[in-house]
Amino acid sequence: MELVRSCLERMEKVDPNIHAVVFQNGEEALKKAKEIDAKGVFDHPLTGIPYLTKDVFCEKGVPTTACSNILRGEKGGKTYRPPYDSTTTKRLKAVGAISLGKSNTDEFTMGASTETSCYGPTRNPWDVTRVAGGSSGGSAAAVAADECLFALGTDTGGSIRQPAGFCGCVGIRPTYGRTSRYGVMSMASSLDTIGPFAKNVADLALVLSAIAGRDAYDATTADSPVPDYRSSLGTTVKGLNVGIPKEYFISGMDPDVEQRVREAAKTFEELGANIKSVSLPHTKYAVATYYIIVPSEVSSNMARYDGIRFGHSVTDARNLTSYYERVRSEGFGAEVKRRIMIGTFALSAGYYDAYYRKAQKVRTLLKRDFEEAFREVDIILSPVSPTPAFKIGAHADDPLAMYLEDIFMCAQPLAGIPGLSLPCGFSKENLPIGLQIMGPQWGEELLLRAGHAYEMATMNVKPKPVL
Amino acid sequence: MDIAHIAKLARLKISEQEVAKFTKELSAILEYVNILSELDTSDVQPTAQVTGITNVLRKDEVRASEASKEDLLGCSPLPIVNDQIETLSAHEKS
Repeated sequence: MELVRSCLERMEKVDPNIHAVVFQNGEEALKKAKEIDAKGVFDHPLTGIPYLTKDVFCEKGVPTTACSNILRGEKGGKTYRPPYDSTTTKRLKAVGAISLGKSNTDEFTMGASTETSCYGPTRNPWDVTRVAGGSSGGSAAAVAADECLFALGTDTGGSIRQPAGFCGCVGIRPTYGRTSRYGVMSMASSLDTIGPFAKNVADLALVLSAIAGRDAYDATTADSPVPDYRSSLGTTVKGLNVGIPKEYFISGMDPDVEQRVREAAKTFEELGANIKSVSLPHTKYAVATYYIIVPSEVSSNMARYDGIRFGHSVTDARNLTSYYERVRSEGFGAEVKRRIMIGTFALSAGYYDAYYRKAQKVRTLLKRDFEEAFREVDIILSPVSPTPAFKIGAHADDPLAMYLEDIFMCAQPLAGIPGLSLPCGFSKENLPIGLQIMGPQWGEELLLRAGHAYEMATMNVKPKPVL
Repeated sequence: MDIAHIAKLARLKISEQEVAKFTKELSAILEYVNILSELDTSDVQPTAQVTGITNVLRKDEVRASEASKEDLLGCSPLPIVNDQIETLSAHEKS
């Protein structure tokens, strides 16, 4: 109960400045906390632990809008209240974790800054004139600002790893198929992955163990058993082969970012790891591949938002086609429309081979790059982003510039491999810098082990943002 | 790229001002993604998904749903008639 209360109080104090929370379910959370306290059974480490979930995870009866007007009943229609629970929130409920409500996201998770949310942007707790990253900016900012003890996000092209890097917390994009997407609003079905944010690697490992595993309702989840990720933490990284990919150190990168990441490599070396240079030769094609495949899958996934079964509605359309056009045009923001149109184009007759099929082939090449690299090394380090958090509005008129922010985040989803994001220092302006640790498919244990070892080795006093 | 045609396929209504803006933005994006044509992929198989799993099946038995019929229909903003959602006609109004 005290935990929930203290989080709710913290939200009241800091959220007006950072806007990480879009729906606060305080009453329900307190009720749950009371029940748990009354029962007195705390058999799981997550029992009674408060968390926030990105506004794309369905919780029965709780308004869930993907931060889009098309699922809000503000100007007509009904705000979507899911009639069922997502598998992930259901699993957390089963171990007694308490959902505090919904965190902000780019609309339908399309973005790298949480600026396309219909509720407005989330501000970085370290500098409120800057973005918290995206699309899971709300979750990352809330964890960094102590509004909750952990949070849920989704990562399609960096949407967990990048905001974790910008906000100075830890986040993991597990292997595609490690966690269940059932009950989570889809963006790009062959890339979307569910994952947690936390304040340190040990907590992250705990949450991942609780949510991972095969789900009968998600046929893309793997049958392999879920390890107790916490039990492998603390083992040495001596002898680990760590790859530094030359293609991830590009000109135009912030020098502080490069410095901190290279220092992190040095730390691994001091811990007994072997640092090797590797090459991921098709890296420069990752963003282009991503921005053909993703909009294509988006154009298909967004077709269900038609004002029929849920969400926004209009009353004065001429006929059904006109109804669809009106509902969708009023309900969707510009970025969603852009991606729907690119996708529709890339999949249309006459262009399918040149765009979508071509991108699928390059996807194979990107996957191969990693397979080959992982024959030489166990993990690969890289920066999360070429710069720390940018100013709110910096890319307002340049969607392509925003897409290029994903430069270090796109290849891993295309290859289906996992990536851990954790803080590795600060820039001159006191902005967090994120380190990415990549591993082969099903390599979460290795990533968490390596991340934990790095954390323990660099554990000075961990500063907190001043709010 | 014919924005008007694409918008029609995607059931989106784009205003005059939006057409100019989107045309500019989308052209820049499409020009950027053309970088893929640098690569020779004639001998490469496309990747559709990365799980390596195929054909996940289960017994064809009806299971209880978490959401009831009323719950599901209750989400709709349109009138419900005989357990069906009533929509506008697909035909042009005369």
